[in-house]
Amino acid sequence: MFTCENLTYQTGRKILLQQISLRARPGELLAVVGANGAGKSTLLRLLSGDLLPTSGCVQFQGRPLAAHSPAALAKGRAILTQHHLLALDFPVAELVMMGRYPHFLGQPTPTDHWIVEAALNTVGLSALAGRSYPTLSGGEQQRAQLARVLAQVWEAPNGFLLLDEPLTGLDLHHQHHTLAIARGLVARGFGVIAVLHDLNLAAQYADRVLLLHHGQGLAYGTPGQVLTCESIHRAFQLEVQLLQHPGLGCPLIVPCPRIVR
Amino acid sequence: MTTLSQAPALPAPPTLLRPQAVAPVPKRQRLLLPGLVFLLLAAVVIGAGAGALSIPVPALLGILLHKLGLTTSLAFEPQQEAVLWAIRLPRVCLGVLVGAALGLAGTSMQGLFRNPLADAGLIGISSGASLAAVATIVLDVKLMALLTSWGPLREWLGFYLLPLVAFAGACGTTFLVYRISREGGRTVVATMLLVGIAINALAGACTGLLTYVATDEQLRSITFWGLGSLGGASWPTVLRLLPFLLFPLLLLPRLGKPLNLLALGEEQAAHLGLPVNSLKRQLIGLSTLAVGASVAVVGSIGFLGLLVPHLIRIVAGPDNRRVLPGSALGGAAVLVLADTLARTLVAPAELPIGILTALLGAPTFLWILLRQRKLRRA
Repeated sequence: MFTCENLTYQTGRKILLQQISLRARPGELLAVVGANGAGKSTLLRLLSGDLLPTSGCVQFQGRPLAAHSPAALAKGRAILTQHHLLALDFPVAELVMMGRYPHFLGQPTPTDHWIVEAALNTVGLSALAGRSYPTLSGGEQQRAQLARVLAQVWEAPNGFLLLDEPLTGLDLHHQHHTLAIARGLVARGFGVIAVLHDLNLAAQYADRVLLLHHGQGLAYGTPGQVLTCESIHRAFQLEVQLLQHPGLGCPLIVPCPRIVR
Repeated sequence: MTTLSQAPALPAPPTLLRPQAVAPVPKRQRLLLPGLVFLLLAAVVIGAGAGALSIPVPALLGILLHKLGLTTSLAFEPQQEAVLWAIRLPRVCLGVLVGAALGLAGTSMQGLFRNPLADAGLIGISSGASLAAVATIVLDVKLMALLTSWGPLREWLGFYLLPLVAFAGACGTTFLVYRISREGGRTVVATMLLVGIAINALAGACTGLLTYVATDEQLRSITFWGLGSLGGASWPTVLRLLPFLLFPLLLLPRLGKPLNLLALGEEQAAHLGLPVNSLKRQLIGLSTLAVGASVAVVGSIGFLGLLVPHLIRIVAGPDNRRVLPGSALGGAAVLVLADTLARTLVAPAELPIGILTALLGAPTFLWILLRQRKLRRA
């Protein structure tokens, strides 16, 4: 479980995140939404320990982040970042195997090989296991990185997955497939925190939604509670109408910008 | 909450395990290390045997077994024994040690800066060591007068002074480059290379200044640093270098997994439990130790640290668990062979080995770059 109390982050005079409190439980998908620069990625980087909060504190499994050893944290939570820098031509299978590095000394065990295969299978990249990573398309690279973080926490009890805009560069099918993988993990008792841009995807897949606006928590609750016309208008300066999703019953957000055509 | 039916089931690891890897390691990658061990052995035999007095393999074996106290039927002449033991063997040992150290340091730097163009020279290790060594030679008189006031210290320092000073110089410049190119806790690669150029120029200018005030005799010693040579090899030289290279040679090859993770990016590596800052300090410290001490004993030998890891990667792929030991073996073999060429090509004179490695290394490096460009287009 990830908890944070009154989390504030400030660089120089600019306050990027102010007084955020949340509780992300195992078996729950928390979507973090908000406009560009609202502080979504900053929140995720605070949760992953890349940034240290100016005030407030992040707790993982009941203890402050700093009280966990990096090795123990690596076995309990994995983070998919927005940007990937890998330039060396590692084969995809080895990239995914890097997610298992915290789990073995020296040579990978048969379990590690098995998990790599299963992770690749999950994201639909089994056929490309031997391909060199830089030769993949942008979307395939994104999925290979997802397989790496999946492999990292594959058999962790109550593991957590932090996904920073995991759908960037993915086609419609793979956007839904990625969130379906996240739901599958949640069903297995994982906790998932995902920064999402598409409010409709958040409404369909998330258990809870945190709406950020200028570094502050505008609303936090179930998709139905958070994604209202008023809150969306405040956060995005966009007029929307809410319908009911014909198949799923969740809110369906239809933007109605006032543009005369 | 509503799409659970779509979710693909994620199976837990089975009890019945399948041992094979998803993408098995290609044959040429598996054969790389045995192949390199063979290459190094061949290089050592050639390096020990070739020269004005040639020592064929049976004689080589006979001498070595004789030294171990075994009597064999393998015939050799006393002259061969003297040359091998006093001249060739220490020189080959020095070549193996320094070559392995330079290869390892090159791979480590390329991994650390996540840039295939980084090497110990570009970030100031070599120029710092050279500057400190030259400064020691030129300012020798005053420094020694200061230190000789206490006998035991002089004796100990006389033996270790140059490696120590060169190591300190290498540490100084490397630390400067590393410090200046950090922004908000991250080392910025582009800045790092630019800072490296500036610090190298500064160290070069200071070395030039010292050259300007040096005496003729000192100039000869200084020229040696610029060009590099294994010519001064003797058992005491090897012993002097060994303690400095022991840690880098033993510890750097074990950092393959961490270096692989570093290739993902520093943040990503940290997310995977890698203590990034301590790893960086280890890499910089051990590389500086390896290159600083090597430069102190044999002068600066260009291109080896840049070239060897590239050659190994062409065969072995980017996995640092293979590239690190491969670069150590390959660097040792290449330096021993280059040194054999350096002392036989224009015999009885000797080419400075730094000139030879650059002469052979630069075209090879260009060939690698052109080849990679062609592969990218294909």
